Amino acid sequence: MIIFGTALLAVCHLLGIFLGDLLGQALGVKTNVGGVGIAMLLLIFARIYMQRHSMLPKLTELGVEYWGALYIPVVVAMAAQQDMVSALRGGPVALLSAIAAVAVCACVIAVINRTERPQAQTDGAPTLHDNPLLADAE
Amino acid sequence: MIDILEKAAVQNGLVTAFAVVGLVILLSGQISRRLTFGRVHGSAIAIVIGLALAYWGGTQTGGHKGLADMTLFGGIGLMGGAMLRDFAIVATAFEVQATEARKAGLIGVVSLLLGTVLPFVVGAGIAWSFGYSDAVSMTTIGAGAVTYIVGPVTGAAIGASPDVMALSIATGLVKAILVMVGTPIAARFLGLKTPRSAMVFGGLAGTVSGVSAGLAATDRKLVPYGALVATFHTGLGCLLGPSLLFFATKALVG
Repeated sequence: MIIFGTALLAVCHLLGIFLGDLLGQALGVKTNVGGVGIAMLLLIFARIYMQRHSMLPKLTELGVEYWGALYIPVVVAMAAQQDMVSALRGGPVALLSAIAAVAVCACVIAVINRTERPQAQTDGAPTLHDNPLLADAE
Repeated sequence: MIDILEKAAVQNGLVTAFAVVGLVILLSGQISRRLTFGRVHGSAIAIVIGLALAYWGGTQTGGHKGLADMTLFGGIGLMGGAMLRDFAIVATAFEVQATEARKAGLIGVVSLLLGTVLPFVVGAGIAWSFGYSDAVSMTTIGAGAVTYIVGPVTGAAIGASPDVMALSIATGLVKAILVMVGTPIAARFLGLKTPRSAMVFGGLAGTVSGVSAGLAATDRKLVPYGALVATFHTGLGCLLGPSLLFFATKALVG
């Protein structure tokens, strides 16, 4: 049943958000700490566990993968509701600090990523996913 | 006729949003293929169109939610809101290879810390050079350079003035938009090729919206790895901003 996959995703999502809120409260911050990240980890573990016990038929997987494939459209909708007007109205302080922060981080990312040993080539390109819904997104 | 059509679209907001976004993606795919000969990723163009529509919506309504403030496109707010966005991000974790993610665990944490401290220092420094020399304003604007959620959360916690708060949110928004648009352009420079590099990127570039859109427009397969780290960004920033970073700033400028 395809709904089992979507329900699994929903349960992981809710549990992750709950744990993130709990973590935030424990740390004394008024916000969720990594709830989505925790939910992602839960889903990864759930997938590994269920695959090992062959509880994951293709149809159940599709219930999750459909939402993963909807990801880019959702991001486009997210872009369409950004507060562009106030972002552009922020003036030179906002503009400069944002540009400088992004530039500094970009340089650090470039430096860190250049230290990675290029072992991927010798191993051959790893298959990162087997989601047929993403075949055309590549 | 038009009235009935409009009523149908407004009453079925989310369905309208699916149709509108589908149309935008179809259009951007055509632009990508015909005008740039596939050099610019279709998703990147779709996101830029989305941002342009957000600007247009913002000027039309004077609201803060871009296109979603227009009644006809209210469904965009639901479709691209935090709930469905996080739901889709979590779903992408299904494609994560656990071994790849584990390999980059430590470097992910390091980049997460760097991604909080570096933008903060830069933002606070620039705020200082523009005359915002008190610790509260510097911290709030610096926190805004981390993400646009960390900014106001930090500002509210340490009692910043409304105009500094607005500046802080604007800083975070500009950053998110820069990351969204700039990532596919700078992908080669950033070395964005492997899951590990995406996790480093997720930690340092911050802002879930920026990272998720930037990676989506660069290479869809890398999204879950970047998002996995980036989702801890806001939490970490909200944790460090009003505490450690504020005290450090206060110690420096008095």
